[in-house]
Amino acid sequence: MAKTLAEKIIARAAGRDRVTPGEVVTAKVDLAMIHDSGGPRRVEPILKELGAGLFDASKVVLISDHFVPGDTDEGARILELTRAWAKERKVAFHDGQGICHVVLPEGGHLSPGMFVVGGDSHSPTGGAFGAYMFGVGATEMAGVLATGEIWIRVPGTIMLEWQNRLSRGVTAKDMMLALCGRLGMDGGKYQAVQYAGEAITALSMQERMTLSNMAAELGAQAGLIAPDETTVAWLEGVGAAVGDWQDLTTDPDAALLEHHVFDAAALEPQVAAPHSPANSAPVTEAGGTAIDVAYVGACTGAKYEDLKNAASILRGHKLAPGVELMVAPSSRRDQDRAEADGIMAVFEEAGARILPNACGICAGYGTHRLGEDVTCISSTARNFKGRMGAASSKVWLASPFTVAASAVAGRIADPRDFLDGGRA
Amino acid sequence: MTSRVFLFGNDIDTDQLAPGQYMRGGIDELAAHCLEGVRPDFASTVKTGDVVVAGTNFGMGSSREQAAEALRRLGVAGVVARSFAGIFYRNAINLGLPVMIASDLSAVTDGDPAVLDVEEGRLRLMEKGIDIALEPLPDNLKRMLADGGLVPHLKKRFAAERKENDT
Repeated sequence: MAKTLAEKIIARAAGRDRVTPGEVVTAKVDLAMIHDSGGPRRVEPILKELGAGLFDASKVVLISDHFVPGDTDEGARILELTRAWAKERKVAFHDGQGICHVVLPEGGHLSPGMFVVGGDSHSPTGGAFGAYMFGVGATEMAGVLATGEIWIRVPGTIMLEWQNRLSRGVTAKDMMLALCGRLGMDGGKYQAVQYAGEAITALSMQERMTLSNMAAELGAQAGLIAPDETTVAWLEGVGAAVGDWQDLTTDPDAALLEHHVFDAAALEPQVAAPHSPANSAPVTEAGGTAIDVAYVGACTGAKYEDLKNAASILRGHKLAPGVELMVAPSSRRDQDRAEADGIMAVFEEAGARILPNACGICAGYGTHRLGEDVTCISSTARNFKGRMGAASSKVWLASPFTVAASAVAGRIADPRDFLDGGRA
Repeated sequence: MTSRVFLFGNDIDTDQLAPGQYMRGGIDELAAHCLEGVRPDFASTVKTGDVVVAGTNFGMGSSREQAAEALRRLGVAGVVARSFAGIFYRNAINLGLPVMIASDLSAVTDGDPAVLDVEEGRLRLMEKGIDIALEPLPDNLKRMLADGGLVPHLKKRFAAERKENDT
């Protein structure tokens, strides 16, 4: 019988030959990822109350990112507690290395076919590697850490097929903003979204991560991409176990919940107006708004390739008067690479403020927050009212290309006008 | 005192329910700011037993379970919505906050005196004399909610396992 990729992974984790969408099964987790906010400070009191230890410390990865750099008293205290817990519970710990969704695969912890839970809503990012990964809250995570298992309602699969290839200056972020607009913030119906087609095959791993990451904004449980040679090469590069991956696909005649087809070649750069990623439109129609702040940050929009794209626009240009550019590279590894390639120097020459490798303004947990009435264009995933700062601040979402172009223009601008050093 | 409905629209997100800038503090501080962006007087006027009614995709956004915990801390009897975001829905059940789905909530007006009956699966609008039928919860979640959430549910399970091992 034909199966979807989601069904194959869940059936294996549930110890079943096959599973059917809609049924509730209990599955064993291969890995649990937690961070400093929903992690030790929340789960340890519950573990104590349950009188339980970790189901398997070797299957737990802890990453600090939400309260890094500890710029408030409470944040610093939470980080101390997090570090002490990592030692006590003897789990793998990446401290101050960057945002969990980027650091987890960089650390070689993910492999195709794994069934993984993460204590963060952008956990679907792991789907880019062919893992079924989804986000849960802290109490549910404590239950997973105590038992090694979790219930799941087997999802149907919503296939998002992108034919042809993206044109220059158009990225995975633009695909996701367009999808949020077309399908809505609940278009994923808490089912499994799967991305496929020529445009997806042509994407790099980091661009694929952006697609899977923003499955969260579609309200999907997971955002899967079947592993291929690109996946395997990337994973081998970080020393991850790859295993058998050839069968980790949705069979051609498997029953799908929905199947949508899009033309990647026709897609233009997108921007999403405040206060929802679903308020998206082509920049050619929705551009022009004057901005105060340009932000290249978060797991969604500050990976190495995001930095590279933004820098390609900034090179040889000055920021528009009065515009502040802030850059928070997603991980230390990506920042190091960007430094070696001269990308960070471009940001510094442009006068950008470089922020720590952490969730930063996107989570809004620390001291860096947008002030009253500030208009910001951001490469992050969410522009909910008040999330990144004052309730009166307005956040537009766009790709790193478009954020950089807007920083140069002083208003929301089409990045294609700035490619190849065009237009000053 | 009669319990009442607090009516909200679609896409109420977790940054409204549990604003990020208060995430480093405790639940009481967070709860005091719950939904202030859409309804500044919510935390100060909501009373034990009141019911939150909303449109589609309630609780979208972050996995922070404080979004559900804050409502519970304020005494909200439960949330009735046309649909919920997946992670919020799981978090609410895990924390013992009833979350019920109703396909048609057009009869509900803000401030309606109302009683949420989770067991019977209905929202009773007292003055209007209308009962709104709510979708029954799946069995596994009904059991968890009846136990008071995931932690008491697991405690019960572990106790039963220990008893079994002893005999």
